[in-house]
Amino acid sequence: MNDPKPSVVSAHPGVLDVAELQTVVFSDRSLMWWGTVGLMAIEGTVFALGIVAYFYLRSHVEHWPMSTPAPALLWGTVNTAILVISAWPNHLAKRAAERLDRRGVQVWLTVCLAASFAFLVVRWFEFEALNCRWDSDAYGSIVWTLMGLHTFHLITDTWDTTVLDVLFFTGPLEGKRFSDVSENALYWYFVVLSWLPIYAVVYWAPRA
Amino acid sequence: MTTASIAQPRVNSVPPTAEQAAALENAWRDPPGLAGWLSAINHKSIGKRFIVTAFGFFVLGGLLAAAMRLQLARPDNHLIGPDLYNQIFTMHGTTMMFLFAVPVMQAMSVYLVPLMIGTRSVAFPRMNAYAYWVYLFGGLMLFIAFAMNIGPDVGWFAYVPLSGPDYSPGKRVDFWAQMITFTELSGLLEAVIIITTVFKLRAPGMTLNRIPLLVWGMLVTAFMVMFAMPSVMLASTALITDRLVGTHFYNPAEGGDAILWQHLFWFFGHPEVYLIFIPGLGFMSSIIPTFARRPIFGYSAMVLSLIATAFLAFGLWVHHMFATNLPELGKSFFTAVSMLIAVPSAIQIFCWLATLWTGRLVFRTPLLFTLAFFFVLVLGGMTGLMLASVPLDLQVHDTYFVVAHLHYVLIGGAVFPLFGAVYYWYPKITGRLMSERLGRWNFWLFFIGFNVTFFPMHLLGLHGMPRRVYTYAASMGWGPLNLLATAGGVLIAISVVLFVVNVWRSRAHGAPAGADPWGGGTLEWATDSPPPACNFAAIPVVQGKEPLWEPQGIAGHVAGLSTETREVLVTTVLDARPDSRDTFPIPSIWPVLGAVAATGLFIGSIFTPWAVVWGCIPVGIALTAWFWPRRRETALHLAEEKA
Repeated sequence: MNDPKPSVVSAHPGVLDVAELQTVVFSDRSLMWWGTVGLMAIEGTVFALGIVAYFYLRSHVEHWPMSTPAPALLWGTVNTAILVISAWPNHLAKRAAERLDRRGVQVWLTVCLAASFAFLVVRWFEFEALNCRWDSDAYGSIVWTLMGLHTFHLITDTWDTTVLDVLFFTGPLEGKRFSDVSENALYWYFVVLSWLPIYAVVYWAPRA
Repeated sequence: MTTASIAQPRVNSVPPTAEQAAALENAWRDPPGLAGWLSAINHKSIGKRFIVTAFGFFVLGGLLAAAMRLQLARPDNHLIGPDLYNQIFTMHGTTMMFLFAVPVMQAMSVYLVPLMIGTRSVAFPRMNAYAYWVYLFGGLMLFIAFAMNIGPDVGWFAYVPLSGPDYSPGKRVDFWAQMITFTELSGLLEAVIIITTVFKLRAPGMTLNRIPLLVWGMLVTAFMVMFAMPSVMLASTALITDRLVGTHFYNPAEGGDAILWQHLFWFFGHPEVYLIFIPGLGFMSSIIPTFARRPIFGYSAMVLSLIATAFLAFGLWVHHMFATNLPELGKSFFTAVSMLIAVPSAIQIFCWLATLWTGRLVFRTPLLFTLAFFFVLVLGGMTGLMLASVPLDLQVHDTYFVVAHLHYVLIGGAVFPLFGAVYYWYPKITGRLMSERLGRWNFWLFFIGFNVTFFPMHLLGLHGMPRRVYTYAASMGWGPLNLLATAGGVLIAISVVLFVVNVWRSRAHGAPAGADPWGGGTLEWATDSPPPACNFAAIPVVQGKEPLWEPQGIAGHVAGLSTETREVLVTTVLDARPDSRDTFPIPSIWPVLGAVAATGLFIGSIFTPWAVVWGCIPVGIALTAWFWPRRRETALHLAEEKA
């Protein structure tokens, strides 16, 4: 199905017949992939600038964290493990979509959803264990901003996945929806991978 | 997924029959009535609204400028008080930069890019409509706030600590910060749309080295938007949380830093100049070949210069901050880059000159506006080189010299070409030519008025007149030059009135244009004026940079796309080989409702942080309803599906 060779018929000079081209394509052949990658580039830039701001502020004060203890490690580390492990059902959902396997998509998207409810609950504990408030000082402000930005991504990705999963049970379905599942999985990878630098900054930079 | 059992889908032949053309018109046009108007997603409808809205804000921004010029016409004037004056100059700068200059360029690309690359729509047409509505509502919010005396009053770059909670209590700055959220959200979505459109929807045969230079410019601009605008969104979000929920990003007493604002703002703000300027260069590169009657000289050098400019534009933000206490060695790096960026701009200017020199010039209004670019932009570029040097910059920092420089660069580099572009593409959009006689009056009044207004400001700046003062004492001796500048402002105002009259009258009274009134070479001139709803009843196949100027004309056409659904041809990124077919969504009311929901969230959050939480619910509902497929549409798609 990912055969890149176009099947275009040119029976008459000056006529390019495209009626036989595929309509269900994946990865960079699909417009949805480009849209998703565009959003990832934008949001990746926001995360990168947030981290730059973190170290900029750190370079301007004597003590870091300024007046509070560093965040407790437990829940952040647990959540990192959950996020990394969730890449596995996510990978299987992507594979099922690319096989146009409706049953497989239903199963693995549901497993992904279970993982996402787990990391949302643990994220709540993470906020409780940050040991600072957004209004305690500039350190607290940037830590809450980084955490808030990433949590916003967890919530939107959970919602996207819920909508797709429900749609795969109820219909109406067409081939394109499998591309949507595949691009949703790509975005999930982004949410997982962007967490790793944020985790390192929020939990380990105050200890370094 | 091939279980559907409806009739074989109907597709177009080459040449398309009248019946097929009518079916395509039916498939691609926007629905009738008010609900249909609100649901419209055709890129030409949205593009036209976008352009008209942006020019509406241009006129409003111009009226604010006129008010300032009246106030400054003589010393010790008390027509406008200091508080209102602060709001007026802030609204003028904010409107021109955020509501006019960047959006109008994206608006032009929404209309023109699909026609120039030979496709039927922009990618993600519903998101395109959503981006328009978000922009419109953000602009209206700002002006409604201004009308209620809560317009921002801290300058268009809103420096902290002035804009922070201590020195700007009340809601004025909050409206400014949320205006940023609206316009940058819209701009970022448009960037994704333009990049996807240019990469994946080009007509077969339009390889990378055959893309029209305007489209290259819009593509480069979209990439810059993607990496520049997040910075100002982060900055303004941090500002509004400092003001509303007590964060300390910019509060030095709690470890914050005011210079952080300047870094984040100018990391966006300097590339922004090029977001405005590069599309202007694209207009130049479209108009000059047509009116010189020859292909552009040095196409590859032009493309590489655009890309080089985009990269360098991210390396000179600190030259806005020479008056801060940054390390001197660091400043010299930014001086060097500020000088270096003149090189790609010069390459393009020399390529245009070579094109003009070896062409047979046809002096119509679009060409007049582009020729003025050379004079005005080069003057602005010269003062730019002066400002790039730290000692000189410190002398004239925050004076009218900077005001003169930035207007020469932005009006010369973007507004003159933009006016030329309107005269050039108006016949494509409306089917009628604008009046040439009014056009010449428009041009000469604008050109003379512009120079009479802004040239004296160089001298005023060198004489020490600071920016943003609402009045000055007669003893300063600035009166005569200010009066002269105001007189020039009157000429500009008359010229813009003539422009509006020309646009309005020519809709009904202009000479009929036909498909290609100027003898242009790019694909938009291959279709009717105004274009049919689907742009091209059969997608053209491209064999050169100016397909219409090839010896044999357009090489061929595409057959086999549906005439019943909004089907488009998707091609490969580099070589534009036909790769797949994609069906675009039908019009929907949900993008505008989604924009209303987002507006509720953004405005609500100015008054309570809980609006961010509760406001997400209507936004989530609208976006989900927007996505959720309908059975009838899905059945049509299934009939055309090949997995």
